[in-house]
Amino acid sequence: MAEPMGFFTDTTVCIGCKACEVACKEWNQLPSTDGGANTLSGHSYDNTRQLDGIHWRHVKFIEQFAGDRAGGRWLMMSDVCKHCVQAGCLEVCPTGAIIRTEFDTVVIQSNVCNGCRDCIAACPFGVIGTNPVSGTAQKCTLCYDRLQVGLTPACAKACPTESIQFGPLAGLRRTARARVERLQGQGRPRAYLYGDDETILGGLNSFYLLEDRPEVYGLPAAPKLPSRNLVPGSLWSGLGALLVGLVGLVSFRQRRMEENGGKGGEGRRNV
Amino acid sequence: MSDTFFTAPPHWQWLVILYFFFGGLAGGSYLIAVLADFFGDASDRVLARLGYYVAMPAVGVGGLLLIGDLTRPERFWHMLVMSERGRPILKYWSPMSVGSWGLLVFGGLAFLSFLGALAESGRAPAALSVLRHGPLARLIAVLGGLGAFFLAGYTGVLLAVTNRPVWSDTPLLGLLFLVSANSIAAAALILLGRWQGVGSSSMARLARMDRWLIVLELLVLIAFVASLGPVARVWVSAWGVLLVGVVLAGLVVPLALHWRPGLFGSLTAPAAAVLVVVGGFMLRVVIVLAAEAV
Repeated sequence: MAEPMGFFTDTTVCIGCKACEVACKEWNQLPSTDGGANTLSGHSYDNTRQLDGIHWRHVKFIEQFAGDRAGGRWLMMSDVCKHCVQAGCLEVCPTGAIIRTEFDTVVIQSNVCNGCRDCIAACPFGVIGTNPVSGTAQKCTLCYDRLQVGLTPACAKACPTESIQFGPLAGLRRTARARVERLQGQGRPRAYLYGDDETILGGLNSFYLLEDRPEVYGLPAAPKLPSRNLVPGSLWSGLGALLVGLVGLVSFRQRRMEENGGKGGEGRRNV
Repeated sequence: MSDTFFTAPPHWQWLVILYFFFGGLAGGSYLIAVLADFFGDASDRVLARLGYYVAMPAVGVGGLLLIGDLTRPERFWHMLVMSERGRPILKYWSPMSVGSWGLLVFGGLAFLSFLGALAESGRAPAALSVLRHGPLARLIAVLGGLGAFFLAGYTGVLLAVTNRPVWSDTPLLGLLFLVSANSIAAAALILLGRWQGVGSSSMARLARMDRWLIVLELLVLIAFVASLGPVARVWVSAWGVLLVGVVLAGLVVPLALHWRPGLFGSLTAPAAAVLVVVGGFMLRVVIVLAAEAV
């Protein structure tokens, strides 16, 4: 297996140019929204709005301004699939369309997916969506085709400020931790890394340097795997089956006992 | 804020809701038929046959609805067979995967029981009555009964094994759907039984069963809302109003009608049954669409 590869996205140097979005769309031949119709979000300079089946990169604009516009700040973050080490989408996919590659990334095979959309509901980050052209669930592949021939993913290649860095995970983590130290030394104590270690879903192969709480960037503070509910949900259902069975048994059994004069229902079965 | 609010909706809408309803009806009807067969007496045979008559078409319709909901319906078989390797695929930790197999196996068993019921009533070759009486019939009924429990409940577990608000914020959806499915089925059989000649004693037992199931469902529904914790705030919306409507019209009123069976004369029992069936459908509408709307 090749070395685990990933993205380190340093949000402090993102300028919101959206070159990554464009490069991603171009390389992966993703269609425009509504056939190219001009659809403005109406509440932000960000008109991409979300990650989905036709937006595999999304530069979020977090516009924090006072009501009188006297003060404020922009936070920019180029969001993408996190390529989780413990991936919820891969866990639930019934067809085996979602695979882990030799680069430790998570890829949806479009020729296998049948569009049940379980992965969309399972993803803790809301990354996946249906691509109307293929009719299948799609998301960032971390440019699997480019990786296989030794190329850098399109978004990282296009990023003019190196906010998106691509490479072997071990090296990216060293770079990222050094960057956090430098920022903190420069009087930016809130800088920290999100998803660089195993605490979040076993590690995110696409991790981030942030300067505010995860929720401010639209990221869950402690994302979980969908399978956490499998055993409790099944056990409660099992209890339900027992109760329903008991109710049914009492409803039908009592009758036989009545008719057999309380002999315990030893009548002949119907089957 | 719960971490589940950072996720995207899968757009499971009317086809899935209808599947949840028909799947529940199929599982519940089959289960009641098996209970009538094993614990009832000879006069319950008509009811048992009716249960099998309902279960088979309901599960068939359910399967078609699910296929129709796929964005690539022609690839429905990818749920069962790896399209690249031609080998079966079963992920026991994925309710969607287990459910696909469950639906297939239960569908097959329901079909056999359906044939057996037809044979017993003289509408199919007498040779098929081995599917209705004897050891093979008993084996089918036991396995089908287990499958019926599964089909009635797994859809709730399927919703829970995601990261969506409401669905994945409680472990009780499987329990709720299972109880509700059997309640729907009992009510549907009460309605159908009236013109299928089900005996009055069978009808009385069905009504008693449904009474208990409604009480159980009411308790589970209260536990479900309580188990959501802070996420329960999603009900402070039109969906909450609808949920209260489901509780009142689909559970409390039918229970009152069961309690006062003479209230509307001979219309009381069917009125209660209609409310339970519609309420069971609306419960699924509210739970699925409330999370879709977040």
